[in-house]
Amino acid sequence: MKEIAIVGYQQSDAVSDAGACNEVELIIPVISKVYDQVGIKNAQDVDFVCSGSCDYLQGAAFAFVMGVDALGAVPPIKESHVEMDAAWALYESMLKIRMGHADSALIYGFGKSSPGELPIVLSQQLDPYYLAPQWVDTISLAAMQARLMLDKGLISEQDMAEVVSRSRRNALNNPHAQLAGDVSVQDVLAQETYVSPLRKADICPVSDGASAMVICTVEKAKEWGLPYAVISGIDHCIETHNPGMRDLTDSVSTRKAAENAGVHNGAVDVAELYAPFSHQEIILARALGLGDATSVNPSGGVLAGNLMMASGLSRIGEVFNRIVSGEAQRGVAHATSGPCLQHNLVTVIEQAKEAA
Amino acid sequence: MSEQTTENTDVITGIEAPIYLKYNFTAGAAPARFLTQVKEGVLTGQRCPQCAQVYVPPRGSCAACGVPTEEEVVLSDKATVQSFTIVSIPIPGNSIEPPFVVANLVPDGANISFIHLMSECDNADVHIGQRVQGVWKPQEEWGYSMDNIRYFKPLDEPDVPVEKIGKIPVEGWEG
Amino acid sequence: MSQPDVLHQAFELGFTYTRSTGPVVGRFLTELKQRNIVGIKGSDGRVIVPPMEYDPDTAEELSEFVDVGQEGEIVSYAWVKEPREAHPFDKPFAWAMILLDGADVPMIHCVAADSEDAVSTGARVKAVWAEETIGFITDIRCFERV
Repeated sequence: MKEIAIVGYQQSDAVSDAGACNEVELIIPVISKVYDQVGIKNAQDVDFVCSGSCDYLQGAAFAFVMGVDALGAVPPIKESHVEMDAAWALYESMLKIRMGHADSALIYGFGKSSPGELPIVLSQQLDPYYLAPQWVDTISLAAMQARLMLDKGLISEQDMAEVVSRSRRNALNNPHAQLAGDVSVQDVLAQETYVSPLRKADICPVSDGASAMVICTVEKAKEWGLPYAVISGIDHCIETHNPGMRDLTDSVSTRKAAENAGVHNGAVDVAELYAPFSHQEIILARALGLGDATSVNPSGGVLAGNLMMASGLSRIGEVFNRIVSGEAQRGVAHATSGPCLQHNLVTVIEQAKEAA
Repeated sequence: MSEQTTENTDVITGIEAPIYLKYNFTAGAAPARFLTQVKEGVLTGQRCPQCAQVYVPPRGSCAACGVPTEEEVVLSDKATVQSFTIVSIPIPGNSIEPPFVVANLVPDGANISFIHLMSECDNADVHIGQRVQGVWKPQEEWGYSMDNIRYFKPLDEPDVPVEKIGKIPVEGWEG
Repeated sequence: MSQPDVLHQAFELGFTYTRSTGPVVGRFLTELKQRNIVGIKGSDGRVIVPPMEYDPDTAEELSEFVDVGQEGEIVSYAWVKEPREAHPFDKPFAWAMILLDGADVPMIHCVAADSEDAVSTGARVKAVWAEETIGFITDIRCFERV
């Protein structure tokens, strides 16, 4: 089986409102940067393109098709799209390469959530008979999950505040972060609750933006002469849509995906976890079996800025950046979808053997 | 807001479950620039820095080359029919009476068509290559909308041969 | 090229869905219309409310309906201080996971209460019916403290 390398990754700033920027205008700056990074001219220079986005976010039908205007699809290119986070577009692209149908792929995700009321828009991804008609928003669902953990003594509000504080401080080193600052645990705990037991600080912000990545076979990476990191494992698992049937205090799907992806086959220096709520970072770190030796969310994670449909890809990109910079040798990236961590994708990324 | 759909029986077999979501749509930078000038009665496009094609309405990129477009080009409100269809059903919220003509029109100075209405014409006479010009609303009614042009009407000019459609300069077509 | 003002336009997008219920959801909604709540037995005998068509663990098709109580216990809840327009109340309320008497799986619904202090994990609540029931999940208008 062909080994697959990441050779380029770029992300836009996470901003609360991208204002006068359409899909194309969000995408072009990041894909132009990733072309420059990899040394290619446009999407004609890769074998496959796959994107992740969701038209419901901005309420624009077929916005993902408009996004193709950013690619230069003349003559026609091989292109696909997932109505999911672009981390799953990466998954599809890897399958394409593994099947021998491509040697390289451009992956991008974009989200403009500011035009709508995101927690309400996302309520409509729930069961269409029992939950969506009640308009149960995603923040409230996460709040119930957090309370289950608090009531059982699995976490404390202090633990949650520590996640927020570390995110804000780590984000000071992330030029794309929307929320960063020297915020202490006491500062967080001093906040009133918003959707109790959650405080606003426990909840990721709503952000607009995009990210893009280029992956290819290791042979192609060498041919291009690029620094790269190897994707040594990837898997995703999903749980039932009925939150009442799930153990919301654990993430069994993350645990299973991590085993299948081979997370435990070596030390994990860095982990970027897609935890839209502070308590979920703790659930994920436990499900992945991460200990003190792992730097968790050094970018600040999505509490510092959440590009819906791109943040999962960004987690992979953040780990890639730390591996090619030599800061880490092996890392884990996690992406999520659905309410209360329903669907989870785990990727293991390692230093190139030549570099080791 | 729901009702059972099976009124004659007590057993529910279907539900009305409408979803209404509110958004605040924002035009992109390129469309906003275009609409700002349409409000002044001027049609503009954007030229691709690579292939030199002029797009109208511009979306901020050349879809063929995948590069941002920035150079703005003023276009004519004279255009050529690239394709058309005769519509026999009404447009909700529009007073135009069917049957009416919806056409792909390439304005002089641009290379790509947009869609608009045709009127003041015999529908049976509309044809590809036909020359047309925009009929604007009174200036005081202009807004950020292509509706500033009510419709396009035929011009007394020779037809444009198919191979030249989309290649007419902004100065116009002499035949 | 100078940058124009941001042009924006508020709009409402409607998806006017009509959904077939199938026999399981249809039975639950039919019972709701009659102000009764039913669950369904899962593969392991657990009573699932609202009923699911298939067992999430075994994929077995489920069909054994069970009446459950209209009262139950709050398993977890979220207190919404600032209700959203789409929410069922325009004053603060709670979303809760409620384990109805006779059920083994909590259902999610809203709880009316005058203050956050009036809601707690373990509190007993009862279903409050809409004035007119039509066979829809909101036939249960809300739950409130017993």
